[in-house]
Formats: sequence, structure tokens, C-alpha cells
Amino acid sequence: MSGPSRFEPPVSAVSEPFWEATRQRRLVLQHCGSCERAVWYPRVMCPHCGHADLEWREAAGRGVVYAVSVQYRAAHPGLADRVPYAVALVDLDEGVRMMTSVVGCAAEDVHVGQRVRPAWEPLTDGRHLLLHEPDGDEPDV
Amino acid sequence: MDSIRGAAAIVGAADAVSPDGQLDGSLRDLEVSVIREALDSAGLVLSDVDGIATCTGGLMMPSVELAEYLGIQPTWTDSTQTGGSSFEVHLEHAAAAIAGGACEVVVIVYAQTPKSTFKRGGARFLGGTPSTGGDLDAAPRVEWEIPYGIQLPIGAYALAASRHMAEYGTTSEQLAQIAVSTREWASLNPRASLRDPITIDDVLASPMTASPLHKLDCCLVTDGAGAVVLTSAERARHLRQPPAYVLGTGTAHSHSMISQMPDLTVTAGRESGAKAFAMAGLGPEDVDVAELYDSFTITVLLALEDLGFCPKGEGGAFVADGRLGPGGTCPAQTSGGGLAYTHPGMFGMFLLVEATRQIQGASGDRQVPDVDVALAHGTGGVLSATSTVILGTEATL
Repeated sequence: MSGPSRFEPPVSAVSEPFWEATRQRRLVLQHCGSCERAVWYPRVMCPHCGHADLEWREAAGRGVVYAVSVQYRAAHPGLADRVPYAVALVDLDEGVRMMTSVVGCAAEDVHVGQRVRPAWEPLTDGRHLLLHEPDGDEPDV
Repeated sequence: MDSIRGAAAIVGAADAVSPDGQLDGSLRDLEVSVIREALDSAGLVLSDVDGIATCTGGLMMPSVELAEYLGIQPTWTDSTQTGGSSFEVHLEHAAAAIAGGACEVVVIVYAQTPKSTFKRGGARFLGGTPSTGGDLDAAPRVEWEIPYGIQLPIGAYALAASRHMAEYGTTSEQLAQIAVSTREWASLNPRASLRDPITIDDVLASPMTASPLHKLDCCLVTDGAGAVVLTSAERARHLRQPPAYVLGTGTAHSHSMISQMPDLTVTAGRESGAKAFAMAGLGPEDVDVAELYDSFTITVLLALEDLGFCPKGEGGAFVADGRLGPGGTCPAQTSGGGLAYTHPGMFGMFLLVEATRQIQGASGDRQVPDVDVALAHGTGGVLSATSTVILGTEATL
């Protein structure tokens, strides 16, 4: 991809396993060893029950658009050539909600209830940013 | 908690706002000016002040640095920062401190000049500009939201509007009516930035920045400053202005980042409002004038629902008849609000100032008749932290 790149996320100490997995376009999520719930974003403790025993597990990363806003102005210069683009919150089947950008269709066509699946955008250091794209195999919910 | 009801009162209020949105002078100039005006109006002087609250200015200890500048040595202090609701939180803390005897005269103050700073070529005070800061673990937004290019804060509020529309059928026209009604109030306020009447079509025709919000769904960016003075009910009765007694307060927060908000259609206002109404022994039906934080039209709609002015999901239909405007059955944002009066970044101070003026009968052409109960409801962050204050006249005690 040419032109200025998007703002590349830093890596916090606790999220290193997440970012390492993105090098192989794999999604891993923390799960609580006590209450078994998935945790997002990466932490040193479970925000659901307070337990400190978290483990990383593979995740499919498919989900449903919970809310979406098309951005008609770039929030930073690296995204200027992508306007308009869709920023969304997606409820993953694993039980967590995360921010993402839905690509692979017109930004205005992204809608609440739409099924989406992971789409990975390469970052300059070999990591990938987790985006989503319409999941053609699945009907809206 | 019952001991707080009626134990303290706002006895002076002042704000500095210019129709062109710009103010001369440094932040300290502006702070000193509004503090003096608020104290003067009450018949108090700086040496009476034994408590100070502020959350901007200085390097890292806002209230400590301001007190030094003012030449006072307070015995009660508050630098709490919850975004736009900070001043309602300060008031809640101050009322409890006064009720408990920790201090007697508290000044809460705010000044910011984002418009002048921007015109001079300075940085925007809001926005999604990446900043990695020092401790990455303390700034998850930089890692998990900023890379997606969301404009902040507008994008977060837009996501909430998107969800409310999908879940309850709320329309852009209904949100636009909030801007129309607020502008009607601003037309009655000679210091408001935007005074020309607008229509729903004007709102819908204004540029879309982050769908589904249009430019006219969004607050201003202006300079501004404000201060309020609180003291005990006993002392308040001997001062110059009719006291605005603190009848109820409540604060709650549910998240910091919008992606962590449990339900984008329900704010912490449900909790902060319930606490404030319970303490006051009142309900939404008792409120004569509501000053609701209006960073965006959706902020108002969610507050109306969460405070109980209408059931969840019915905010769109509730506002559609224009009842928030002058002459309406639910007068709200009577100063013209953040949408049309002023918005230096944290509008909560101006909610308190206008609520106090409405209680004092001092709101001029925009005075709502027979106000006994006024509500100020601040929202900080991205629908993150709400704080509700209910003020009343002597008759409500």
C-alpha cells in the first residue's frame, strides 16, 4: 500500500501476545481462568470477576456490527485518502466488543446487525491491524 | 445523605462569554475575573474562601496552583477531572464538605480558550490526534481505538446515535429538533454565539462529519470562563442573592473508552440522576428547568431518557414537539447550551451558572416563569461520567 500509513498502535507490555499473533494473522483473546469469560482489551486482571489468572486462547473474530459511524474527515493524515471510512463497534462471537473498521464494501453500506469477519491490514513492522469485512456466508442478525 | 439536602447553596455565579467566541486575557485573568464577579455578587471576598475546586490550568495540581496565584491557603481542595461533568462533581463534593463542616465558602472555577488558542496556531484541544504519552498501559485508547481513525469525541457520540437509531427507530429529524429548540433559547441570549433561528432542514443540510451526526448536531468551540460560590445554608441567608440550595447530587461513571461502554443507549445518568432525585425527594416531574449537557444532540436525548423525563427509547418522540424550547413543557438548555451559547470544552460550569440564574430569577429574556427547581446534568468524556445536581429555592426546603 502506498502513501502515508495509518497510525500504528503501540504495544503495551500486557498485550504483546496479541500483537505477536497478528504477525500470522491470528487473533488471540484473553480468557479468565475463573469465570471463563473472554476479556477485551488485554489486562492483568479479569474485569468481570477480578481474578488474576488470564490465559490467551485462539479466537475466530467473527461477529456482528453493534454500532457504526462513517467518518467523513480523517482523524489523522495517514487516513486522508481513505475518507469516507466506517468505524464500528463489533460484538465478537467470543463475547467481547471491540472497535474496528469495516472494509471491503462502501462505508455507507455498513450497518448495525451486519455479520462481519476478520480482515487483516499489514503494519510496517510485520504486525497486522485487525479490521473486519462483510461475512458473505452469514445473514444479518 | 439526608444531611446534605439543603445544607449548602450557590450564592454567587458568573461567566465570561463573548458573542464572537473569543475572550482577551490569559486563563488566570479570566479565572480571577469570574471569581471576583461571583464573590462580589454574593457580597463575599477572597479572604472568606476556604475551599477551592478547579480541574484545568497549571501543570499538574490545578487547585493548588490556582490557590497560590490567588494568594489563599484553603483547607479544602478538589482537582477532580471527569471531563465536562467535573464542576457538578466539584459541587457534589463541596456540598458534602460544607454539610460536614470541613469548610464554609467554596469557589469552583473554570476557564479555557480553545478558540483563541486555535486562531493563534495552537493545537486543537480535542480530537483524535495520536499521542502515546508516557505510560502506554495507562492509555489503552491509543492502542485500541485511535488506530481506527475515529474522530474524538464526535465519533464516539455518533456511534451512540447509530445504536439508538437502530434499536429504537430514532431519526435524524428528532435529533435535529433538539438543536432547533436550543437555538430558540440562544436567540434570547445576547451573549450567545449563534442566535439566528434554524430549522430541522438546516440541521440535516449541514455537513456530516461522523454519521449520523451533522455539524449542527455538534457543540461550538469557543473561549469561556465561569465560577460559582457555595456556602452553608445558614450563611447563605445573610448574603445578597437569593440562595440556590443544593437539594440533591449524584455522580456515576460507566467506562472511559466508547468501545467499553456497556450499552451505548444507556448512560451513567440513570444512576447519577436516581441518586440526585432520591436525595432531593423529587422526581423529573418536579423539575421546572433542565440544564442538560449538550455536547451533541444525542447527549441530550440520552440524558432525558436516563433521568426519567421519558421512557428509554422514547426520547426522539419526546423532543419532537419542541417542548425543550421557550414556552415548552420541558424547558432545557435555556442559555442556548453548548450548541449555541458557548462551549470551551467542558460545558458543565455553564449548566450550574444558568441553573443558578434561573433559580434567582436572573435569566433575563430567557427566564422561565416560577422556577423553584432547576436541574444541571453534566456529561464528561465520551458519555462516560455523569453528575446530576438539583437546585431549589427557599420554598423547596
